[in-house]
Amino acid sequence: MIVAEQKPFAEIAGFVADCNKILVAGCLGCVAVCLAGGEKETEILAAALRMHRRLQGKPLETVTYTATRQCDPEYVDAMADLVKDVDAVVSLACGVGVQYLAERYRDKWVVPALNTRFVGGSVAQGVWEERCGLCGECILHKTGGICPIIRCSKSLLNGPCGGSQYGKCEISKDVPCAWQLIYDRMKALGKLEWLLEYQPPKDWSKSRDGGPRKAVREDATI
Amino acid sequence: MFEPRIVAFCCHYCAYSAADLAGSMRLQYAPNIRVVEMPCSGTIDARVILAAFEDGADGVYVAGCLEGDCHFLKGNFRAKKRVHYVKKLLDDIGLGGERLEFYNLSAAMGTRFAEIANEMTERIRNLGPSPLRAKEVAGA
Amino acid sequence: MNLTTESRLEKLLKRGEFVVTAEIGPPQHASAHEIIHHARMLKDYVDATNITDCQTAVVRLSSFAAAVHILREGLEPIMQMTCRDRNRIAMQADLLGAYSLGIRNLLCLTGDHQSFGNHPTAKNVHDLDSIQLINMVKRMRDDKVFACGEPIKEHEPRFFIGAAANPFADPFEFRVLRLEKKINAGAQFIQTQIIFDLERFSRFMEMAVERGLHERAYILAGLLPLKSIGAARYMQKNVPGMIVPEEVIQRLRKAKDEGKDVAEEGVDMCVEFINEVRKIKGVAGVHIMAIAWEEIVPTIVQKAGLYPRPKAD
Repeated sequence: MIVAEQKPFAEIAGFVADCNKILVAGCLGCVAVCLAGGEKETEILAAALRMHRRLQGKPLETVTYTATRQCDPEYVDAMADLVKDVDAVVSLACGVGVQYLAERYRDKWVVPALNTRFVGGSVAQGVWEERCGLCGECILHKTGGICPIIRCSKSLLNGPCGGSQYGKCEISKDVPCAWQLIYDRMKALGKLEWLLEYQPPKDWSKSRDGGPRKAVREDATI
Repeated sequence: MFEPRIVAFCCHYCAYSAADLAGSMRLQYAPNIRVVEMPCSGTIDARVILAAFEDGADGVYVAGCLEGDCHFLKGNFRAKKRVHYVKKLLDDIGLGGERLEFYNLSAAMGTRFAEIANEMTERIRNLGPSPLRAKEVAGA
Repeated sequence: MNLTTESRLEKLLKRGEFVVTAEIGPPQHASAHEIIHHARMLKDYVDATNITDCQTAVVRLSSFAAAVHILREGLEPIMQMTCRDRNRIAMQADLLGAYSLGIRNLLCLTGDHQSFGNHPTAKNVHDLDSIQLINMVKRMRDDKVFACGEPIKEHEPRFFIGAAANPFADPFEFRVLRLEKKINAGAQFIQTQIIFDLERFSRFMEMAVERGLHERAYILAGLLPLKSIGAARYMQKNVPGMIVPEEVIQRLRKAKDEGKDVAEEGVDMCVEFINEVRKIKGVAGVHIMAIAWEEIVPTIVQKAGLYPRPKAD
């Protein structure tokens, strides 16, 4: 899932300092799962903003709404009536949702309540970690299911580097060395010789470097 | 003199029972607290705490079982963490996290229940009325 | 003698000389006077010298430029290139430029993560990793092609290609296999991480010799003279991939307690290590990394009986 975290409260309050009425829009997608922008978080943020503004003597009216997803036009359309008479929309979706709202409601100021951090999953209750580098050319079969692009701090394809020690990445004792993990996994699978094969330079044009990407399913288009 | 309005969210198995015991023991304690019974302190939600303050409470506390004794095993640990999260949020909002607290006590601690009630009432009395209802109180 | 390049270092190694290389760390400013001073000091005592490339991700005068300054002093430079800061386009451009200015040796490295340095908010590149870089440089020379496959029509750069090896990093069993991968990709000389744990280094060399790697590439043992107990402790605790056994620190401490000069003890230790690694099969030379203490290298070389250095012609 996309994992995001809420921005500091003061920053969000700053965005809407000049507003009198706002729509606080949450999302039941990824951000609900990582406890950043779901229904609960949306209501908490709205209450916090209201209370904060009352203390300042400048009351703020809030309307809350939680979309099924903010990254599909039909769910974004459903908000139209609520968006009409607000001064701004605070979106608790990931960066995608914020952009969708901004594009659909062009004459409204849409601000992000979250910092979209990474693509990953849960490792424990309340803890999420990055797992996928969105590189566009998955080679997880070659690395025992461990992504070298994102879990290796240097995105090595022929790792590990000389800084891997005691199974840890040189950048921190809290970060496991991806290549140690890959080595252990491939060894356990009896496929160690795959790691002796030279991996040629990556085609980064399939990743972010090639520019904004697009995916099409011709059979699904109308 | 300003009389604090405090909401006490008490878990059924410990805090609320302690309240009952305090009653049976005929203990005198500050009348400023309004007790809300919950099956477990772990059912506390940030929204409920914020709503209490938004609706005019001067102080709020959540009381659960002693650590290790929660009837639902970890409810009181979750409650403690959530309360601390909201304390921080209350600081960000500008209301002040000192108006919110979390306590642990057992069903046998009737005296402690009374003590907590008095403690919190004193704390809030010193802090003054919640700025969210300050205007309301000014005339009193 | 079939040499692959015009490198003086390659010639000496091919001839069977036990080579001595050193390392110079460029300054954090835009003047080469210190580099030139060090080059002049080291000239007669080493066969070639590395110049680090923004080591620990701290911005310094580039290895490329420093190499040119050193070359002009008559000392053979080994240019270093990390994968952290450049993409394959910039790398190839720099290689063409460096070769055109007379540089003949290249050490291909991954590069320390930028979080170690003074610009931790920089974007890191890692378009290629060190093994892909080695292979790219080899193909430019032997296949006369750019990384994209396009031919280099004339004057292809012909570098003597080096790589690093770290017997002290993990997984240990894989280290020798990865070294083999580097040699397969085109690495011709190897400089190891600094050795303080002789036992582990010996085991590493045993495994390397068993796979015949010493006959395919020249392995130079990395060494460093310890100047102080503090320096030793720092390396033990803060440098990833290094092992400094407690005995080493105890030896320095003992020297200090006996009223000896700790730095002198460090030099003696370094000389002893040189004598020990010379006995290990497969070791073709030493690489003395006396960063910020370049002045001590002539002393070490002399005490180790490695002076004077052989002439290349």
